[in-house]
Amino acid sequence: MLNFLARRLLSGVVLILVITTITYALIYSNAGNAARNILGESATAADVAAKAKDLGLDRPLHEQYLDWLSNAIHGDLGVSWFTNEPVSNLLANRLPVTLSIVIFAVLVTALVSTVLGVTAAVRRGWLDRLLQVVSVIGFSLPNFWVALVLVVLFAVAVPIFPATGYVPVTESLSGWFLALILPVTALVLGGIASAAQQIRGAVIDVLEMDYVRTLRARGLSSTSVLLKHVLRNAAPPALTVLSLQFIALLGGAVVIERVFAIPGMGTLTINSSLQGDVPALMGVVVALVILVVIVNLVIDLANGWINPKARLQ
Amino acid sequence: MSETDTSAPLLEAKNVVVEFPMKGFRKAPFRVLHGVSLDIHPGETVGLVGESGSGKTTIGRAILGLVEPAAGTITFDGQDITRLHRKERRKLSDSIQVVFQDPYTSLNPTMTVGDILSEPLLVKADLKGSARTRIRELLDQVGLPSGAVDKFPREFSGGQRQRVAIARALALSPRLVVCDEPVSALDLSTQARVLDLFIEIQERTGVAYLFVSHDLSVVRHISHRVAVMYKGNIVEYGDGDQVTSEPVHPYTQKLLMSAPVANPVRQRERRIERHTMLAASSKEGHN
Amino acid sequence: MTEATTALTNAPLPVAPGRVSITRAVLRNPLGLSALIILTLIILISVVAPFFAPHSPTEVKIDKILAMPSSDYPLGGDGAGRDVFSRLIWAGQNTLLGALIAVSISLVLGSVAGLVAGYFGKVFDTTFSWAANILMALPAMIVLLALYQTLGGSVYSTMAVFGVMLSPGFFRLVRNQVIAVKNELYVDAARVSGLSDARIISRHILRVVRSPIIIQTAIIGGIAIIIQSGLEFLGLGDPATPTWGGMLQDAFSNIYINPAGILWPGLIIAATVASLVLLGNAIRDELGGPRASAARPRAKPRHGHAHARTQGTEALNPGSGNGPLLRVRDLHVGYGSIENPLTVVRGVSFDVTAGEIVGIVGESGSGKTQTAFSILGLLPRGGRVLSGSIKFRGRDITFAPGNEMQKIRGRDLSYIPQEPMSNLDPSFTIGHQLVEPMQAVFKISKAEARKRSLVLLARVGIADPERTFRSYPHEISGGMAQRVLIAGAVSCGPKLLIADEPTTALDVTVQAEVLDLLRDLQREMGMGIVLVTHNFGVVADLCDRVVVMQNGRVVETNDAETLFSAPSDPYTQALLAATLDDSPPRPPLAVTAAGTSKGKL
Repeated sequence: MLNFLARRLLSGVVLILVITTITYALIYSNAGNAARNILGESATAADVAAKAKDLGLDRPLHEQYLDWLSNAIHGDLGVSWFTNEPVSNLLANRLPVTLSIVIFAVLVTALVSTVLGVTAAVRRGWLDRLLQVVSVIGFSLPNFWVALVLVVLFAVAVPIFPATGYVPVTESLSGWFLALILPVTALVLGGIASAAQQIRGAVIDVLEMDYVRTLRARGLSSTSVLLKHVLRNAAPPALTVLSLQFIALLGGAVVIERVFAIPGMGTLTINSSLQGDVPALMGVVVALVILVVIVNLVIDLANGWINPKARLQ
Repeated sequence: MSETDTSAPLLEAKNVVVEFPMKGFRKAPFRVLHGVSLDIHPGETVGLVGESGSGKTTIGRAILGLVEPAAGTITFDGQDITRLHRKERRKLSDSIQVVFQDPYTSLNPTMTVGDILSEPLLVKADLKGSARTRIRELLDQVGLPSGAVDKFPREFSGGQRQRVAIARALALSPRLVVCDEPVSALDLSTQARVLDLFIEIQERTGVAYLFVSHDLSVVRHISHRVAVMYKGNIVEYGDGDQVTSEPVHPYTQKLLMSAPVANPVRQRERRIERHTMLAASSKEGHN
Repeated sequence: MTEATTALTNAPLPVAPGRVSITRAVLRNPLGLSALIILTLIILISVVAPFFAPHSPTEVKIDKILAMPSSDYPLGGDGAGRDVFSRLIWAGQNTLLGALIAVSISLVLGSVAGLVAGYFGKVFDTTFSWAANILMALPAMIVLLALYQTLGGSVYSTMAVFGVMLSPGFFRLVRNQVIAVKNELYVDAARVSGLSDARIISRHILRVVRSPIIIQTAIIGGIAIIIQSGLEFLGLGDPATPTWGGMLQDAFSNIYINPAGILWPGLIIAATVASLVLLGNAIRDELGGPRASAARPRAKPRHGHAHARTQGTEALNPGSGNGPLLRVRDLHVGYGSIENPLTVVRGVSFDVTAGEIVGIVGESGSGKTQTAFSILGLLPRGGRVLSGSIKFRGRDITFAPGNEMQKIRGRDLSYIPQEPMSNLDPSFTIGHQLVEPMQAVFKISKAEARKRSLVLLARVGIADPERTFRSYPHEISGGMAQRVLIAGAVSCGPKLLIADEPTTALDVTVQAEVLDLLRDLQREMGMGIVLVTHNFGVVADLCDRVVVMQNGRVVETNDAETLFSAPSDPYTQALLAATLDDSPPRPPLAVTAAGTSKGKL
């Protein structure tokens, strides 16, 4: 088990290194006119060159990267070119906001899609067909459009929920909850139906296994076989579905934050992207990759715990 | 073919060793065959009998060039074919052919019987033109109507599918056919008819068979000579009658005694005989 | 299970052609056809936008800012006074082009890499799979935003990168399909036939991956449109070019003045994406193999319960108890719709008295396994008893509700399956799978159940019961697994044991040992056994009486000795004649050599 954990951790670290290297190479290779961007059109060529030197952009790319990397390992991700705020500070302020939305959304997705998927697998019939229709609709409607519709309906026409803004949990739990209802709803609607369909498929695959019949022949009720044996064996594919949902929700949150004017990672990414704030963008990528690695690690551990074969390998 | 041909083996395997790499870093490979030797003469059926994991299928696949031996040689008609290059191997397709166990997965479900049978003919430029007549001939030989050409495998029963697979193997008039458990997926009555088809084709064409099976009675029915495999070795090799009726090796004896006879009275006798044998051998083991 | 599927596949097949062209498959499916029409319309109108749109996308009329629909502006004006209708049409070009770029790149990259990795394996597979995993671990939206400036601020080059990020979808699909096909025996056969790699790929492999690729393309196309609109909604891209996402951005900035503005761009995106998905689904449903299509016409599984309950209560008073242990009368079992079921068992009757071993023999599709499952009340989904009766210990259990059958199963009635490995839950230890039902049935403590399990494991001939108890199913051999299943089946001291081909999956030497074990256990416990098998040797070894089945009917019932010495039915005679036990061995080659070595085909 420890061996398993160590190997997973190592591959996570490699993943972080590879992705940050590629991203760094890509976005810094074209950061040459950043100095002009910052200083504006009226700056003289000499000013621009001085600024570029100031930012360290005149040095070879690999030198810049090694510097950045050694600083990053010590927790220093550089300074935003536009606000001069340390990137780590920016992230520390934004990440909790986005994380609270995404975790909330993942929990809702996991709960609702599992209940729907398992019920559809056992009952089939109308619920099955409904799920198919809903998943096509959910897939076809862009989540930011759903967010706009929710704003029009519940914040403009019938103002029950706040249309914009974010309240930290530490300030007011109910305020936080109310502020997140519309964004989370918009985020999860598309994913729930498709996750439910995939969970349904996984459960049906297990229900058709021979050992399910044999366990029932041993006198166990179909409910206890379902709750204990079927769910456990259907869990690994379902966990994979949820981990992919997590990544999708991270991406989706970017756009949703814009609609509801939530000061999270999304807003930071969009502003940095439009301005060309390269250190901030690097920071965003690092934070996300670490997040993804952690989630995958958790999923792997859960799978190892559930599936004895995976544990042994 | 002259009389001397019958005395020289058509195929000869000498000390063939096959290993499969094990999953995991620096693990020793798993040895499936520990030096197997075998010879097949023109027009002869050699039966290869053994239980799962004995390596009987692997030796067939080594002869077909589907796995590469780690050591040993396989010669066909005097030519070393142990490790042929893909291109040279392809030239052998008109000499060595195969019929697999499962007629459900050995025929591509999306192709018509005509497509399947024309596949081997495609490779031979001189046969392309006459393909249609040849396919009709082949269907006739295996007892299928010529209307089968435009049908798909799933429209046939297991036995009929196996006939299609046999027709495909015969398309290029091979001299040796490796038959890997060709009747074990079939029902009892179908099995007997397909076995008779194999014998009839052999008597007409002089093709040789390596007939792999787990079933001693099937092997006895079709084989001139029988080899018994156990854990990657051939433990007994001789005339079909002798090996399947009065085996010498203890494993072959156990195999023979274990197969139940379809007759309650004789089966009771065989059971008692088996228990006596087992008791004797375990006693021997203790001493 | 295997019996069930063969029973269904052996049924007269609809005379559908095996290879349906994809176009025909779509045209045949009403939903697919309408999706195709809508999609074609959207694409056509976008392509001919210059001729079709009443206004230029950039034409501004100050008096039309956020105007209501009028004859001039059929869908009203936007925040800058431009015609919404014309902009929707012009925007189609740009949005669809972006999606096309992303789809083409991901399709080509993913499929080629998948083909190479799947077919040639080794280094290709390791490298490509690793790259695919990395790409899949990244949230596309954020990566695209991060790279946007680097890519020169162009939506099209951003979509090209998005194509690369989407390629793992195609890669995994193609790779897995290729690996599955590559291991099929028909590819081995093609290789032996002398086909080159290129020919094998084009004849066998492309054929199989074609329709999954088309389905995936439709779905990826939908994702591309949505992500591109999202990027444009966030303000990326050239503000002068009309796009659906850009139009939504404009509507969003005016949402308090004109909330209806979000309607049209959203609807057109949804309609395009939904048509793509429905098109994909239609192809999957028509071509997707047996699971997708054959499962559709399904009957209500619990049919017959209403009157079953009355029958059940009537039968609660068992007769004298002197009758047979099991009495099956005129049993009919069917699958599929209520109006037109596919009958697999047609009027089967037989008895089993206490302590008797009755064999049910037949070839595949004879209905023997279906008969066994109906006794257990565990027919596969879609199967049900149509008529007839099953009486167990004097009580009618034909239509007994689930909870009543559950009380009988595992207590008086138990079951040994055919495939030992697939009948053990891979996620639980052997010990757990023995203890759990024992606790449920006898309401005993865990420790007591454990003690009994270890005794049972030793009884069925397992050398190291403690160790096996702790093992997982994949750690033991098939023969051991079958002994474990037998231990489970007899753990409750059943009156009747249903054994469905209990030795078919085993090697012949292991089979002999398991048959000995069954015989000994039967003598010790005095239970009745229904032994389903296709092997007359097994019947001869174990059975007192034999029921021979063919095509769902009983053709002969006889005591074992008479059946083998003087079978009365011609079918039984034919089957016995087909056994090879008494066939003479083939004479050595020398005798026939002179005749055979001549001539070829």
